[in-house]
Amino acid sequence: IVCWQDLEESLRMKLSLTKVVNGCRLGKIKNLGKTRDHTMDIPGCLLYTKTGSAPHLTHHTLRNIHGVPAMAQLTLSSLAEQHEVLTEYKEGVGKFIGMPESLLYCSLHDPVSPCPAGYVTNKSVSVWSVAGRMEMTVSKFMAIQQALQPDWFQCLSDGEVSCKEAASIKRVRKSVDRSLLFLDNCLRLQEESEVLQKSVIIGVIEGGDVMEERLRSARETAKRPVGGFLLDGFQGNPTTLETRLCLLSSVTAELPEDKPRLISGIGRPDEVLKCIERGVDLFESFFPYQVTERGGALTFSFDYQLNTEEILLQQNGTQEEIKCVDQIKKMEITGCNQEITSFEINLKEKMYQEDFNPLVRGCSCYCCKNHTRAYIHHLLVTNELLAGVLLMMHNFEHYFGFFHSIREALKNDKLAQLKELIHRQAS
Amino acid sequence: MAHVVPTVKMAGVATQASLESAPRIMRLVAECSRSRARAGELRLPHGTVATPVFMPVGTQATMKGITTEQLDALGCRICLGNTYHLGLRPGPELIQKANGLHGFMNWPHNLLTDSGGFQMVSLVSLSEVTEEGVRFRSPYDGSETLLSPEKSVQIQNALGSDIIMQLDDVVSSTVTGPRVEEAMYRSIRWLDRCIAAHQQPDKQNLFAIIQGGLDADLRATCLEEMTKRDVPGFAIGGLSGGESKSQFWRMVALSTSRLPKDKPRYLMGVGYATDLVVCVALGCDMFDCVFPTRTARFGSALVPTGNLQLRRKVFEKDFGPINPECTCPTCQKHSRAFLHALLHSDNTAALHHLTVHNIAYQLQLMSAVRTSIVEKRFPDFVRDFMGTMYGDPTLCPTWATDALASVGITLG
Repeated sequence: IVCWQDLEESLRMKLSLTKVVNGCRLGKIKNLGKTRDHTMDIPGCLLYTKTGSAPHLTHHTLRNIHGVPAMAQLTLSSLAEQHEVLTEYKEGVGKFIGMPESLLYCSLHDPVSPCPAGYVTNKSVSVWSVAGRMEMTVSKFMAIQQALQPDWFQCLSDGEVSCKEAASIKRVRKSVDRSLLFLDNCLRLQEESEVLQKSVIIGVIEGGDVMEERLRSARETAKRPVGGFLLDGFQGNPTTLETRLCLLSSVTAELPEDKPRLISGIGRPDEVLKCIERGVDLFESFFPYQVTERGGALTFSFDYQLNTEEILLQQNGTQEEIKCVDQIKKMEITGCNQEITSFEINLKEKMYQEDFNPLVRGCSCYCCKNHTRAYIHHLLVTNELLAGVLLMMHNFEHYFGFFHSIREALKNDKLAQLKELIHRQAS
Repeated sequence: MAHVVPTVKMAGVATQASLESAPRIMRLVAECSRSRARAGELRLPHGTVATPVFMPVGTQATMKGITTEQLDALGCRICLGNTYHLGLRPGPELIQKANGLHGFMNWPHNLLTDSGGFQMVSLVSLSEVTEEGVRFRSPYDGSETLLSPEKSVQIQNALGSDIIMQLDDVVSSTVTGPRVEEAMYRSIRWLDRCIAAHQQPDKQNLFAIIQGGLDADLRATCLEEMTKRDVPGFAIGGLSGGESKSQFWRMVALSTSRLPKDKPRYLMGVGYATDLVVCVALGCDMFDCVFPTRTARFGSALVPTGNLQLRRKVFEKDFGPINPECTCPTCQKHSRAFLHALLHSDNTAALHHLTVHNIAYQLQLMSAVRTSIVEKRFPDFVRDFMGTMYGDPTLCPTWATDALASVGITLG
């Protein structure tokens, strides 16, 4: 006789670790999704979307990309205004956006758009969309999740501390208190709804830069029956992460091993590795999108098997060329000031005008198999829409390939080589 | 210098013998027994193209946000590029280094390039026409470019397109007076110069463009002269501007009545569904227009009853596809409601979904037209089409009714 509890237990989402190397967790999350038969590899990333669609991409062009993650990230900020529509639709956001087979994680905010401060109260959090500000109480938030029916969703939380310059300890404490209160209220509402019970709540770790508050947030959140944890407030510029790495280690040390740890706002390859070393499992993939928007193509190597010479050949020596050219520029991109990184090339530059090589030699993506740097350059110069499509296809594939190489490196005990390779390319 | 109107030179005139032996790129498969509609096949260097055909416009070596793979999957076998634009950016030398326009944009099927003539009209305030050619001035840096018949052909030779167009002296169809006549005669002289300058007649098919505005006599003269030239195909130009539809169809009908039957007739700038159907009836084989792809980027989806402006609130909760009969990827996967939501976001994917659908609509329409001609039921097809589009065949616009009647098709 099968005990129903045991059955349910065996069907519930399960994280199994294959090994832990230098703090990096290699493993799988099984029994995911409504049908309980999806699997995700960790470390890994989620597919970044805007209003439920990969940026610039239709189903056809998305399907051309190799290694698309099993789980996509939706943002509440882009979908909250569809509340009424989705309620009437009844079948959930996955089907609505044309991705019924994909796992879905709904985050509160869009990692690309900075959040204006001053819009969190004891009773509500505001999200910002193209249409403007939407204020959300716990009940409204849960009602929207009920209409969305994602597999996972980030709990309503007070993440404003990371938007502010220097938050007072009082404000930091409040962010932890509020987030816990929101969590408890959301859990309570979840208990009352059959539909909501099919989704997993991801608890949010707040606490700003105050170690004491970080630890409190981690310990308290871990006591609740959440399915995983989101490490919020670590985003910023490269120097700010460095100072927060210690906090990060301390936080993950307090979290149960068998639940996934997501982090928001971290995308650069070197930062990704640093976070994985400190116990983070899942990342967003907004970084390749940002690179796309500034006309860039990711070219950094993650092939730790190749020696230096081969790597340079693969990149057609462009990394060296870049170092000779002053190419660090600030750009205004839809409200974000983003610098070009050393992980990419800027296809707008004149030197690519007659370059008939693919973006990255040896890359198996649709863009590299079919088009040249010269063509992409032309599309950017003439402001053609196809530039975004092709660059997005390459950048996503390249980025997903990077995460694959992390898992391979961990499996084959080559993490040190990969780390060295990545950090050599970080400017 | 005194203005002298040169006489019509007969540089590229073919003799009767050469006219009969000139290669024919078009094979007629079927003809409507009532109207002038024809179904055929164009044999071009990059493959066969079934006619009547609608050719989507990809001005700057790209089909606006959809990949060449997507375009191929829709069944497109010929599309357009533009000499004026490509001549400036990225320039013919670069494209030649990239193995021509086909190589540069990685399009395996056929390409037709316009000569740059239309830009004379669209950029009229920035252009000056002389016997030599068209001088364009850039609004950005004031730099000048001269596009002569020779230069246009030279660029198109470098582009390597399968069909190239002569440089014509284009005037807006709303212009009247001696300028129209001047432009018509100059177009003939420029045709001869293009023929003389063309370096690759075995690889690229140079089409002439019939001008003459809305003047029947001028058009007739142009037809008479240009058909003496040994070109593989003819375009009907200078229309689909601001002229009335009543004048428009009469010029099309006049043109097709005087163009050889065994060569393709390309009606330039026509793309609205009704216009396509009527002009097929009048005997045209090839069409191009920016309308379907442009209107897609404004949120408008083409359907048999007209169009759906999907940005409108009425589609917010409409969970059906744009057209349940449409086989395009957009209609297979997405609802009007989702597209509505996506159109109100800043994700360009919305535009691409509609571009795919609108191209599919145009191609499916032409395919249906062709099948009806082959199956000898084109007039019935026209009646059904008008019925669907206007609610009743008799509610079709007057000009269309008149045009169809002129070739033996009655509605209602």
